[in-house]
Amino acid sequence: MTDYAVELCNVTKVFSSGRGAKSEDVYAVKEMNLGIPRGQFFTLLGPSGCGKTTTLRLIAGFETPSSGEIFIQGKPMSKIPPNVRPVNTVFQNYALFPHMNVASNVAFGLAIKRVPRDEQKRIVKEALELVQLADMGKRMPSQLSGGQQQRVALARALVNKPAVLLLDEPLGALDLKLRKAMQIELKHIQEQVGITFVYVTHDQEEALTMSDFIALMSDGLILQLGDPATLYKKPANKFVADFIGESNFIRGTVDSITRKGTKLRVLDELVTVDAMEVNLAKGQAATFTIRPEKMMLKTKQPVSTEALSGTVQEVIYIGTDTRYIVTLQSGESVVVRVQNGCSPDVEQFSKGDLVKVVWLPEDARLLTD
Amino acid sequence: MENRRQFASLIGPPSLYLFLLFLLPVGLMFVYSFRAGITGPAHDVFTLDNYRSFLTNSHFHRLFWRSALISLTISVISSLLAYPLAYYLVFQAGRNRVTLMTLLIIPAWTSYLLRIFAWKLILGSSGLLNSLLLSLGVIEKASPMLIYSRSAVIVTLVYVWVPFVALPIFAALGRIDRNLLEAAADLGCKPWEAFLRVTLPLSLPGVAAGFFFAFIPTLGEFVTPLLVGGASGQMYGNLIQDQFMRALNWPMGSVMSLAMLVAVITLVFILTRLASVSDLGGVYE
Repeated sequence: MTDYAVELCNVTKVFSSGRGAKSEDVYAVKEMNLGIPRGQFFTLLGPSGCGKTTTLRLIAGFETPSSGEIFIQGKPMSKIPPNVRPVNTVFQNYALFPHMNVASNVAFGLAIKRVPRDEQKRIVKEALELVQLADMGKRMPSQLSGGQQQRVALARALVNKPAVLLLDEPLGALDLKLRKAMQIELKHIQEQVGITFVYVTHDQEEALTMSDFIALMSDGLILQLGDPATLYKKPANKFVADFIGESNFIRGTVDSITRKGTKLRVLDELVTVDAMEVNLAKGQAATFTIRPEKMMLKTKQPVSTEALSGTVQEVIYIGTDTRYIVTLQSGESVVVRVQNGCSPDVEQFSKGDLVKVVWLPEDARLLTD
Repeated sequence: MENRRQFASLIGPPSLYLFLLFLLPVGLMFVYSFRAGITGPAHDVFTLDNYRSFLTNSHFHRLFWRSALISLTISVISSLLAYPLAYYLVFQAGRNRVTLMTLLIIPAWTSYLLRIFAWKLILGSSGLLNSLLLSLGVIEKASPMLIYSRSAVIVTLVYVWVPFVALPIFAALGRIDRNLLEAAADLGCKPWEAFLRVTLPLSLPGVAAGFFFAFIPTLGEFVTPLLVGGASGQMYGNLIQDQFMRALNWPMGSVMSLAMLVAVITLVFILTRLASVSDLGGVYE
């Protein structure tokens, strides 16, 4: 017995587009190896076209892998059609049956399994209570709002007690406020029922909010796998740093490599960056990244910080924070986010001021492209 | 003001069309139905005799019900044949869908009479079917029963109407969200269960529309029964035609036409009540 609810071993999915001589193979998923731990909220995150939905459909059985094998609860799935797999899906457009009322929609899976009527009723009632639609059983799907339809779709999937629940951007069609509320609610429901959730989204904030683990995908590959904090704090490469949250990228050349870290030359200034596992040689070009909220603006560089000089280009007040756009001597722009209020040592600057952009050495990360 | 003018210009032409080609003829028939005749002094006589004799003539009633039964048979068989056809086109044909669809429609571009005569060639006593059965030794003597019978009428009209019944079913099936079928599979349905629980109920409005496409026009059909129907294949439409063309009893023909009009409208009304009008177009709101 493995600890994984779902395992993908060397899974590749190729789609052929076009006809005859013009046909072209598109790799939606490339040799993917992935273990999704039992009972976790797992998110496949990535821009559109990165292969996340295809991965989900492969697990559900709507697509068959071109090569490789998928295991669900340790059992190989290649010969198992979707209707027998221990998974259920919440579709992006909900896919509620328009000719059945809410209760019949939710009971659908149970009816197929010939669960006795009385028990069906009890389970449906429980499920509708779980998603806060207790009185809506008699309504038709068309009479519900998007958020309510989404809950029905969730209830319809959950009543079957799947080993894994697959969710394909289920909140995509909802407005921002409802979306935020549903994110928390989905997370709570997952904790309550203890089922493994595999969630597909392109929204990094949503992924950070809900997930225990995130796999960030691009071009059919997983670029980084980890918990939200790791992905945010220790992005594996530039794409991850750029996709998750906001990042400043600063280019320099390697000046020297010591045990304490790598010294980079940015125009005339020297900064020290954590070494990481990046293999660099002296004189090579390198990029490091710092989050805007990890930077500060000072007139003088405090001790044990790293700093670059620049000129304030723009000051944008956004309530809780002030965003400074600073042009470094090298000509590159960085965004610095300063929280308003609380801290007494925050200095105010205005456009045109000469400043030091400072940060703690451990907040900068050297990146590979 | 502007709106009203626009409205009038939009509603005008179709209203005129309906008035000239539908309301006016029906109105004329209504007027004729109360006359003793259409020429001479009889023209000015107001009478209810036509209605009286229509209501008391059991031959008319028998033929009416026989026609209804024939139309019903044709519509049911056409629907049963058209459904798998439309299903195949929507779900299996893939790239060939448009080509196959065109092939299905092409016969409808040829003359209606031509298509009926084609069936005469197939069903006739020295026709294709008889010759085939003879040469295979299935029958010993050419069967004259194939043509000039009620079944010949049914076969011919089914052939004529299947493409038209298939179209609304095709449209209804095409509108079904594929995600719904995936959802059904996801929730444990075998393919046939998904068909019975999702595909079929969602396509029923299309089936109903197709059914009416065949039922309403065949009820008044007179050309096909005339050409391939023989004595047992005569329909109510032939009776009406006889009144107008042979007996020259237009008032009686008018009464019979109006009776059929009322019957059809009543029937459609009842059936559209059962399945709401919007469902007929296969639209779910």
